[in-house]
Amino acid sequence: MTLHFSKPLKALTLAVALLATPALAQDLKPFPDTSRLVAVGGSLTEIIFALGEEGRLVGRDSTAVYPEEALKLPDVGYMRALSPEGVLSVNPSALLVLEGSGPKEALDVLSKASIPYETVPEGFTHEGILAKIKAVGQALGVEDKARQLAETVDKDLKDAEELTRDVSQRQKVLFILSMQDGKIQASGTGSAANGIIALAGAENAITDYQGYKALTDEAIINAKPDVILMMDRGGELAVSDETLFSHPALSLTPAGQNKRIVRIDGAYLLGFGPRTASAIRDLAKAIYGDSLSGN
Amino acid sequence: MTDLTLKAWFAAQERPARAGDRARLAGVTVIGLAILLVVVSLFSLTTGASGSSGWAVIESWFGLVDKSDPAVLREQVIIYDIRLPRLVLGILIGAGLAVSGVVMQGLFRNPLADPGLVGVSAGAGLGAVVIIVLGGTIAAPLVALLGIYTLPLAAFGGGLATTLTLYRVSTSRGQTAVATMLLAGIAIGALAGAVTGVLVYLANDQQLRDLTFWGLGSLAGATWLKIAAAGPIIAVAIGATFFLSKGLNALTLGEATANHLGVPVQRFKNIAIAAVAAATGASVAVSGGIGFVGIVVPHLLRLVIGPDHRFLLPASALLGASFLLTADAISRVIVAPAELPIGIVTASVGGPFFLWILLRRRDRLAW
Repeated sequence: MTLHFSKPLKALTLAVALLATPALAQDLKPFPDTSRLVAVGGSLTEIIFALGEEGRLVGRDSTAVYPEEALKLPDVGYMRALSPEGVLSVNPSALLVLEGSGPKEALDVLSKASIPYETVPEGFTHEGILAKIKAVGQALGVEDKARQLAETVDKDLKDAEELTRDVSQRQKVLFILSMQDGKIQASGTGSAANGIIALAGAENAITDYQGYKALTDEAIINAKPDVILMMDRGGELAVSDETLFSHPALSLTPAGQNKRIVRIDGAYLLGFGPRTASAIRDLAKAIYGDSLSGN
Repeated sequence: MTDLTLKAWFAAQERPARAGDRARLAGVTVIGLAILLVVVSLFSLTTGASGSSGWAVIESWFGLVDKSDPAVLREQVIIYDIRLPRLVLGILIGAGLAVSGVVMQGLFRNPLADPGLVGVSAGAGLGAVVIIVLGGTIAAPLVALLGIYTLPLAAFGGGLATTLTLYRVSTSRGQTAVATMLLAGIAIGALAGAVTGVLVYLANDQQLRDLTFWGLGSLAGATWLKIAAAGPIIAVAIGATFFLSKGLNALTLGEATANHLGVPVQRFKNIAIAAVAAATGASVAVSGGIGFVGIVVPHLLRLVIGPDHRFLLPASALLGASFLLTADAISRVIVAPAELPIGIVTASVGGPFFLWILLRRRDRLAW
């Protein structure tokens, strides 16, 4: 018999996966041996590919779904539920993990097995992405390459943010993580969703709590979102537009009345890596349409 | 109270020769199960995602390989820090959950009583969640006082409270009303679930992660520290149940009869309830929700060796340990290098098996 309360926990697993506390950027020590590297955290795998260093990778975690070639690497499990022996099975020489990976016991055992690991700080801002790239460069000992990539990404991000500079009417966006039996889990502040909404020149409709929580109907009505944002999970688990807009509280919001919903692939939208600039563009265009500058 | 154990007991009374055979069969079964556990343990120690057989560790005992060689060191970590703690924890939890099932079924004189089914696990889970979420604030003095034992002891407290409530609600004049027991279990489980839900809302990110990982039911977090915390509690509880076998046998004849036979019924029941709560609580605290061990294992064994608790308890402990180790081995290799939460494996083996037992029983005996 499973415990009776696994349902709220399951609903929150995903929410938790998308939360992180910003850490101070600190320099990472280069790994002594990066010939067999395991990266844990999808955005780290993306950065390693963007640096052209994918030849060193021998493993990834289940959150690494881009680029296509990354899927060929053995999957050592979900970043927050790593199996130490699974990680050891790909015989890694070093382990690069995104902040929030664990459990701590697993990482401790791996250190004991003399596999050095470094933690890359997670951040849901423009600077956060650059800090990640810099940290990966330091750990892999390819700082020049990382500096070049960071410059390119920096420019790209600035361009993308520029799009919505002159928007006069800021739109309010409600990020819905999941909807079960009419219960809506939505993102407050301090999350990846909150970060991407801000970068796309919009406002998060929910600002009175941190992280992901279930919203009451009245809070949804009061939030008055103009647009609903959801992750596109390729069909499974997704809530249909029909279900969404027939939700009594949502149907009373501007987003519900104008049937405005944006769906974007989760890893792309919330990964905060090299692809974030184009995710910002996609989201900004979806929210503001033709009213954007520089189009 | 028509109960299979009762019927079987009378049947054994009528055919003393058969009863002797039964005891012999039961003794052989217990020995066989002990051998099975040794085999399963060796299998569990030598298989895993990394493919290491542990041979280098054995060689290192005899100084045949260089201990400073990184490959040898890695193998030592795999055996000593990953597989061995899981093995020990698996044996303790498997045995603990199985004997908890036996004791509860004997106490309620009902083969459907199982800590998971009647809400004891949910109560224990609530105790654990309280510590995970409030351990840094309201419950901080408790954590300071009890250290690493806080989590298993809190789960024990939650399990104890639910078991006592359940017993109070569903038993009157020594008779347990089955329907009442199951319904009370559902109500208690729901209540514990509700309070847990509230705590989940109060939890911060880090606590949510702890809860999520823990709620999946897994031996993956097995460390020597956790074994030091929960192990003694589970071991003592299992040990205590072995002293209950005569009382449980007497109890199958009803409390009045057990009293006449010289069993101090009230004290006996207190010990039994405490043992179940301790074993279930400490197991839940370290490994989350692992279900079905306490109901499948005793059932299977009753079919083979009959209802005598002197054999049923040790046999269940042994088979429960083997069952959980096997489930853990499956969970570690089936999606390697990742792993599946063990609760999923036990439920997918246990669920169909349980239905099969029900179908077989339905035609032979009515409960």
